[in-house]
Amino acid sequence: MTRHFTKDHEWIEVANGIGTVGITDYAQHALGDVVYVELPAVGKALVQKQEAAVVESVKAASDVFSPADGAVTGVNGGLADEPARLNGDPEGEAWMFRISLAKPEQVEALMDEAAYKTFCEGLG
Amino acid sequence: MQNPAPDIPLNHTPLDTLHRELGAKIVSFAGYAMPVQYPAGVMKEHLHTRRAAGLFDVSHMGQVLLHGDADAALEALTPADISALPRDRMRYTQFTTETGGIIDDLMVTRRAPAMLQLVVNAGGKAEDLNHLSAHLTSGVEIEYLADQALLALQGPQAAAVLARYVPGIDRMPFMTGMSAPLLGAPAYITRSGYTGEDGYEISIPNENAEPVARTLLSQAEVMPIGLGARDSLRLEACMCLYGHDIDQSTTPVEANLAWSIGKRRREQGGFKGAETIRRQLADPPARLRVALLPADRTPARDGTPILDAGGAVVGTVTSGGFSPSLDRPVAMGYVPTHLAFPGTELTLSVRGKPLAAKVVRMPFVPTRYFRG
Repeated sequence: MTRHFTKDHEWIEVANGIGTVGITDYAQHALGDVVYVELPAVGKALVQKQEAAVVESVKAASDVFSPADGAVTGVNGGLADEPARLNGDPEGEAWMFRISLAKPEQVEALMDEAAYKTFCEGLG
Repeated sequence: MQNPAPDIPLNHTPLDTLHRELGAKIVSFAGYAMPVQYPAGVMKEHLHTRRAAGLFDVSHMGQVLLHGDADAALEALTPADISALPRDRMRYTQFTTETGGIIDDLMVTRRAPAMLQLVVNAGGKAEDLNHLSAHLTSGVEIEYLADQALLALQGPQAAAVLARYVPGIDRMPFMTGMSAPLLGAPAYITRSGYTGEDGYEISIPNENAEPVARTLLSQAEVMPIGLGARDSLRLEACMCLYGHDIDQSTTPVEANLAWSIGKRRREQGGFKGAETIRRQLADPPARLRVALLPADRTPARDGTPILDAGGAVVGTVTSGGFSPSLDRPVAMGYVPTHLAFPGTELTLSVRGKPLAAKVVRMPFVPTRYFRG
């Protein structure tokens, strides 16, 4: 199972047509202390590169974009109660939402882990 | 989330090397490369300042000396009572426009009978200097202190820490200042700040800034604090941030800063915007800056519309974020005066969703100044 990454620092991992989405460690580090997470409603249709969720640190609000088109099948509801978990394990237990992929090929076109690593290094 | 904007050439404070060594995240602020946070993060930095002591580099702010008899000239530009200001005492005031708006807010300290020190915002200093030079009478010399750094040591342990190096400075009252040697550097120290805590602002020559900062940071109580926590601390204290809570479209009365207007000045006027400001002091203005407490955990940021009970937009949030001390969001904004009473229920429209909020008394977190 491979994981893909967007230039906006979201990750997506697909299993059986369902993509699990979160933000990367680079993203949580850039955001700082997360104090609020707004997750999409289950069933909501998301569009690639469109706003899907909101993550707020003490200082600022940031949009999380959907890495692909699809309907939301589930959310990590615990994050709303404990938003700071996003600073702990954003690429693991602090995943954000799941979508049933409408166009799986959109994911294949994203960066793989090596490409994303190079991309982040280029950001300095 | 979006990528950061590309770098542009920036000014650097004398503590730039130290910030980077401490692992600060550097951002562009008012033309300066400034630490927004250190590895501890905004939350820990904020709480540490409230609990112990934090050291802030605020060298980007403008430090100006007015030499000569500048009292009358400065009174023409601000509503503060300057002529009654004793030596080594300071006041908070605003440069006002002809219509009562605010060009910048500043601190004024009388360092000597014929020498006033102004501390102005980084973003406003060029405009402030032009404003001063255009209006100050002949015989007043304006000196911009480009070679002075400004450090802030804030928090309940600040006095105990600084008294190790400047004996007796823990007895100096809030809003006073004194010249004193600090670790061999000629310093001018005021008991003031932008956090709501007890603390000091220390003006010292650039070349002394780093050794002084290193020594203060070597004390167990002291942690370096970035602009992120500086903003959340001042928000909890309901202090205004220029360009957000106050600007040329807001008057000191609307901004709930009437306390900073001298009694004699209210009666006599004689400052820019006096007509509007005196009228608003007599008959309350149409709107007021208030503190707002959202009911749930959704932060309401700058620009969030404020709605009345009928759903009509009646104002805007001017500063909003998360309060680490209260562990909940807090905000400030302008509302019609009849809706400005504590307890008034309002609605904030965050990303189109209605969010209940209540007007509360300022500040969110009680101030802890040392008044002697």
